[in-house]
Amino acid sequence: MPMIEMKNVSKWYGAFQVLADCSTQVEKGEVIVVCGPSGSGKSTLIKCVNGLEPFQQGEVRVNGISVGDPKTDLPKLRAHVGMVFQHFELFPHMSITENLVIAQIKVLGRGKDEARERGLKLLDRVGLRAQADKFPGQLSGGQQQRVAIARALAMDPICMLFDEPTSALDPEMINEVLDVMVELAQEGMTMMVVTHEMGFARKVAHRVVFMDQGRIVEDDLKDAFFGSPRSERAQQFLSKILHH
Amino acid sequence: MNWDWQVFCKDTIDGEIVPRCFGGPGDLTYLDWLLSAWGWTLSVSLLALLVALVFGSVMGILRTTPHRGLVFLGNAWTEFFRNIPLLVQIFLWYHVVPALILPLRDVPSFLLVVMGLGLFTSARISEQVRAGIQSLPRGQRMAGLALGFTLPQTYRHVLLPMAFRIVIPPLTSESMNIVKNSAVAFAVSISELTLFALQAQEETARGIEIYLAVTGLYFLSAFALNRVFHFVEQRVRVPGMIGGGQ
Repeated sequence: MPMIEMKNVSKWYGAFQVLADCSTQVEKGEVIVVCGPSGSGKSTLIKCVNGLEPFQQGEVRVNGISVGDPKTDLPKLRAHVGMVFQHFELFPHMSITENLVIAQIKVLGRGKDEARERGLKLLDRVGLRAQADKFPGQLSGGQQQRVAIARALAMDPICMLFDEPTSALDPEMINEVLDVMVELAQEGMTMMVVTHEMGFARKVAHRVVFMDQGRIVEDDLKDAFFGSPRSERAQQFLSKILHH
Repeated sequence: MNWDWQVFCKDTIDGEIVPRCFGGPGDLTYLDWLLSAWGWTLSVSLLALLVALVFGSVMGILRTTPHRGLVFLGNAWTEFFRNIPLLVQIFLWYHVVPALILPLRDVPSFLLVVMGLGLFTSARISEQVRAGIQSLPRGQRMAGLALGFTLPQTYRHVLLPMAFRIVIPPLTSESMNIVKNSAVAFAVSISELTLFALQAQEETARGIEIYLAVTGLYFLSAFALNRVFHFVEQRVRVPGMIGGGQ
């Protein structure tokens, strides 16, 4: 059973179709990178995985549980699907430590000490132990994003979703975030990553999904994708972003 | 012109000046009356503020939920209470509501005014709370839900703490407005500052002193609320945010 399975997912905003018949899957321990031009539906697709975006047709299963089923306990499902956002979305009124423990306590029901210990351990892992008592507004973008990753990991996720995790960062901060993600991938975390960082894709992705106008145009093994993408649109896209 | 501030030391019945300006039991000076009127103004204002904050917050929150029915309820509430003049609403509570809902006949008019002023203001607070929640990045709600919070938990732990911080300045104005708007209570014979001013200047012919005293107390009350909210605003500042200090 794949960790994430999407079958013929379609979604409309009014008359406008944002996702058209999208199917793909992520096996346990697999890393897939989703790329494509802006407006192609990448972010919407990844948000369908944990039900942040509803969809009208098709089926999404995470660890066998149907996301679109109204009977599914979505909060329970989401608690074990980590998500990292483009704009970090740390909670600005909480210290870094509080950001790391709040959901462990309120959602998982962990004790305060246990949650704190787990949070600080992960903070240490992303190299930010010294910032534990600061507030998000006092950290750089790269630091905030590393905290956001630690916050997601604190929930012991069965898989991780990344929605353009480096797009809002200054160039010099991108690598500190990518390093954490590469490490995670190498440890065998199941990851679905929307990104334009092709270096990251080359390094750790197993497969690359290319989207355009709401459709999945390519879904290839990494080497096949970078070697000879079959669609003209993907070739065009790659030639544009790989030149620099 | 001639000031006569001793008017406040006069007995309200025989007009004689009372030594030390405070009368005894059953024997009021205008100063006693003024202070009691100030007490009514503060009581009406603070209770109405409480009503307004509770109903305004709930309705404002409902308007930002994904449930159409709740959004409609919040919108309808807000439009109803903000499209009717305050004075008319006070009269509605005093004359019409008790006629329609019979058990309300025995409710003191003081409480009817509190409801009228409170619900009128709740419509305005509902607007501010809605705007505060909607001014937060959309990703904050998603981040809360993605961590496994239920929708109420997302409001409680993620959205409302920031939204309320953002709306403290408009809430300050609103609470000061309540003090000033509480003057309409005179229309249904609540013995508050404005009613005192009207009657006392009639009886003493010292309108200028009376109105100046009442003006000062209104100013003082509104300004005190302003300072309280300012203190709260300072206390809940978030380090690293704009205006957050440190």
